[in-house]
Amino acid sequence: MSLSPEARAERRSARFIALWTGFVVLAIYTPILCGFVASVNKGRYFRFPLAKTSMEWWQKTFDSIEIGMLVRTSLAMAGLVTVIAVVIAFFGALAYARYDWKGRRLYQKLVLLPIFFPQPVLGLALLLWFNALGMQMSWQTAVFAHLVWIVPVVTLVMAIQMYSFDAALEEAAFDLGASRLQVLREVTLPILWPGIWSGALFAFLLSWGNFPLSLYTTGPDTSVPEWLYAKMVAGYTPMVPALGSMATIAAAAVLLGMGLLARALRKRPAQ
Amino acid sequence: MNEIVASPTIAQARAAGPRFGERMLSAGARCAIPVYVLLALGFLAPLFAVVAYSFATPRGFDVFRTFTLENYRQILDPANTVWMSFAWSLGLALLTVAILTLVAYPIAYGLARLFGRSAGLVSVLFVFPLFVSENIRLYGWVLFFIKGGVLDGTLKAMGLPGAPEFLFTPAATLFGMVYVYLPFMLFPMVLGLSMVPRDLIDAARDMGAGRLQIWHEVELPLAMPGILIGMLLTFVLAVGAVAESKVLGGQSVIVITQDIEIAFTYAQNWPFGSALAVILTLIVGVLTVLGIGRLDLDRILGRRS
Repeated sequence: MSLSPEARAERRSARFIALWTGFVVLAIYTPILCGFVASVNKGRYFRFPLAKTSMEWWQKTFDSIEIGMLVRTSLAMAGLVTVIAVVIAFFGALAYARYDWKGRRLYQKLVLLPIFFPQPVLGLALLLWFNALGMQMSWQTAVFAHLVWIVPVVTLVMAIQMYSFDAALEEAAFDLGASRLQVLREVTLPILWPGIWSGALFAFLLSWGNFPLSLYTTGPDTSVPEWLYAKMVAGYTPMVPALGSMATIAAAAVLLGMGLLARALRKRPAQ
Repeated sequence: MNEIVASPTIAQARAAGPRFGERMLSAGARCAIPVYVLLALGFLAPLFAVVAYSFATPRGFDVFRTFTLENYRQILDPANTVWMSFAWSLGLALLTVAILTLVAYPIAYGLARLFGRSAGLVSVLFVFPLFVSENIRLYGWVLFFIKGGVLDGTLKAMGLPGAPEFLFTPAATLFGMVYVYLPFMLFPMVLGLSMVPRDLIDAARDMGAGRLQIWHEVELPLAMPGILIGMLLTFVLAVGAVAESKVLGGQSVIVITQDIEIAFTYAQNWPFGSALAVILTLIVGVLTVLGIGRLDLDRILGRRS
């Protein structure tokens, strides 16, 4: 079977695209792998190829009380951000995608503004603003800073899923005499759970990895990315790549766990 | 275009039992209140504070009590080299956008058209780095490019002379920006390309259009809104980027956000830093408002109507 020149050209470009995508994915993960390699270096200073490997720095990082506190701070921030962001963004997404209302077009654009804004500048602006209000910086002020950026992102994530929501289902429930609360509990929420979960996932992981907003708004408290940055600039030890790798693995585990959970729930027959 | 039509659901919900406030605001508007409050307190108010500070006496903290244009005069003073930071930031951001357009387009095309069932997994691979703090990823590149690092060591082990000096140059800063902002270009592009109906391409082909012609006359114009959002988003984020020039660029160039940061921290000159931030915000804000002002977001994000 001989292919037309058109079809052959198409096949060639498909192969190029697949190769290019593979190459870029490899490039994206190269630095993450480099960090991992540096973290299992036995000596204090990194030289490649490694003379000796050991998990000693992982152990040290794991046992460090200071790092335990950083992790707790980061977890507290990400947890609080997730809870608040999901609630605000759930209603935000309803306004974005579910209801037709007079100010919707403008609202859809205003929500995007914090996303289209450089985060370091937003962080500094918030620092100034908190200061003008006479507030003390702490991890709680950083939670607020994270929300300013994360709520719009989560709103978008949830809105994209809500677009496929069929309003007729809600209507039918109302017609059958269900109350508002019943409709929300029995119709709306079950359909929207996947969007809510992915929104929560985004909120948690984006807060966990955020650096530019935390840098200016945590005050004396320190999150994991902030500590890593401080040590990169001055005082490198292999604990830096070790903690970086741990943070990456933790994020991947959360993502994978949620993905598997979602798959398991989808397979379960509807009750 | 779907215009504003009162949903029958809302009408029925109202009939079911009107509550306080429902007559004043529609259901959609009430749902938008928490987001609006957050944006007012966390975005608008801080920007207002920055504007207010930019008119305060240089090096002072007497905001709202003094009014002076001295900070702006300092920026415009030719003796001040801060304009170079603006030039670097704008130039690097433009280059980042140009390179990323070329890098991301084939991948976006693949995700929208070719990868089929594996597109979901490939997307996750591109999203995941967003959850790893950018300084961790940039530092990984330092380990890759540094003397005695992964690239250098590998080349030497192969009997080659080793890696060229790349780290701590403006090119390394650019490389870092291209790396960090890839997803922000890629995903809007995918949304844009997904908006092109397949039937239309088939129809064009049936009528005898060549591949280049289809791309140029059908695909590109229809995917343009998504591509433009990607370019805009990448540009505004790259203009304000600072981690790349600090970690990979070794401060071989000073970008504008770093000048702002210095004014806020070491120099303790908040009014001057604020004036710089106002100018940067104006650049970003004008571009953003022009860019997203006319978009139909319902269509781009995939509303079924």
